[in-house]
Amino acid sequence: MTPTTGVKVRIQGLSKAFHTNGHEIRVLENIDLDVRDGELVCILGPSGCGKSTLLNIVGGFLPASSGEVTIDGSPVSEPDPRRIFVFQERGVFPWLTVEGNIGFGISGLPPKQKAARIAHYVRLVGLEGFETAYPQELSGGMKQRVEVARALAVNPDVLYLDEPFGALDSITRLIMRSELLRIWEAEKKTILFVTHDIEESCQLADRVVVLSARPGSIRRVVDVDLPHPRDLSSPRYLALRDSILEEIGLAHRI
Amino acid sequence: MNAKGPGPYRPADAPPPEKKTHAVEAILLPVLTAVVLVALWHAAVRLSHTDVFPSPLAVALGLGELARKGVLGIYVRDSLVRVAAGYLLALVLGIPTGIALGWYSGAARAINPVIQLLRPISPLAWIPVAIVLFGVTNSAAIFLIFLASFFPIVVAAMNGVRNVPSMFLHAGRNFGLSAPALFSRVIFPAALPRVLTGLRVALGVAWLVVVAAEMIAVNSGLGYLVIDSRNAGKRYDLVIAAMLLIGLIGLALNLLVGRIERLRAVRWGFNVP
Repeated sequence: MTPTTGVKVRIQGLSKAFHTNGHEIRVLENIDLDVRDGELVCILGPSGCGKSTLLNIVGGFLPASSGEVTIDGSPVSEPDPRRIFVFQERGVFPWLTVEGNIGFGISGLPPKQKAARIAHYVRLVGLEGFETAYPQELSGGMKQRVEVARALAVNPDVLYLDEPFGALDSITRLIMRSELLRIWEAEKKTILFVTHDIEESCQLADRVVVLSARPGSIRRVVDVDLPHPRDLSSPRYLALRDSILEEIGLAHRI
Repeated sequence: MNAKGPGPYRPADAPPPEKKTHAVEAILLPVLTAVVLVALWHAAVRLSHTDVFPSPLAVALGLGELARKGVLGIYVRDSLVRVAAGYLLALVLGIPTGIALGWYSGAARAINPVIQLLRPISPLAWIPVAIVLFGVTNSAAIFLIFLASFFPIVVAAMNGVRNVPSMFLHAGRNFGLSAPALFSRVIFPAALPRVLTGLRVALGVAWLVVVAAEMIAVNSGLGYLVIDSRNAGKRYDLVIAAMLLIGLIGLALNLLVGRIERLRAVRWGFNVP
């Protein structure tokens, strides 16, 4: 296994089937994908297409049925603090304060360094003044910021985001997207972002990986070669978005 | 336990309702109810010309008499010490047992049916067993209290651990926690609200059972006071006085444990604002 320059995450011939009550349910079929270092890739697909399963396998939470995931050339077999999985905002620990959550993964650091790191990420996600608040005292968007900050605080190379803004209202979701882009540009992480929202994928991604319905396989990989910040009414953006809509087989008239 | 009525409709962004009037009502209304009940009791005793059933005043005098004799404090203390002994024993053994059963599903499959079989048996049914094992002693009473509080604690701890959302476990593993760290930093705090609920239920049951336990096994305590007052001279004023004391102390214990549920690190599990 030789690491290929520039490739961070390599998915090769990956398939996954679940067995329930003697039935085999094929969820993912023959996925091949290379994600470059520092790239933001959106995995887009309809509900139940296996995109979350794909992210869980890449994250080391589920074994693949066949095929392999390598990161920096080493195969993935279990979760690793160098790659953090971000759930919807329900993943924050409700028994810890904002500070406690953000510092969760860095308990091994000397106290001063830990405090400085927490303060840095509190600032980065804009939660100054809420350091000692508990999650139940925060809005959904703020909880999601806590979870992103908790992930970033351990300084991972890769972030996996599983429909992270799915439970937020549409205004907060837009704000969170631009916040994510700002953080991504500041921290230069590789990001794999699972979503079923076409607009979201076009707004965020360097590349959009369009999955088919179950069993999920890659239908197409769309390069979104638009610089950030993106003009959401530019003809180029709209053309890209419409091509993905068509790929998924949706007429863009309701 | 957090049963709240639907309450009047409030828009989500309306400011919270006035807290102060609620606090006053929370004390004033129950006191008012108690006053009305005592008045009805007094009237009922007067109107029925009963010789057996004591009036509220007689009960109050009875309480004074017990206090003067110096037994009141001793009985309350003895009952509380017995409950504390049995309850703490149940807590110390029950929480680890429940957590282990919640975590090791194999152990739960083997042991849980036995627990579910023993759990519905009233602690009162264990009285003969307790006497065979410990004789008519203080230990027999403590054993009964232990049994009564052990099962609710085990079941609550087991369910608490079982119901830890997998998302929390995933996050803990993702941050590279070892098994002991995963337990102490994720599983235990995530299960804690349910464990506390179990502890509260168990304390209520323990206090219920102390009375029955003292009726058979010992000669001190509030349960003993109930049965002794009845047997030695039909002192129903003292019977009722003991009953009221038992109720008041039970209420105080419940309020005390309830305060723990308001601590910020566990409040999320009780959906109190």
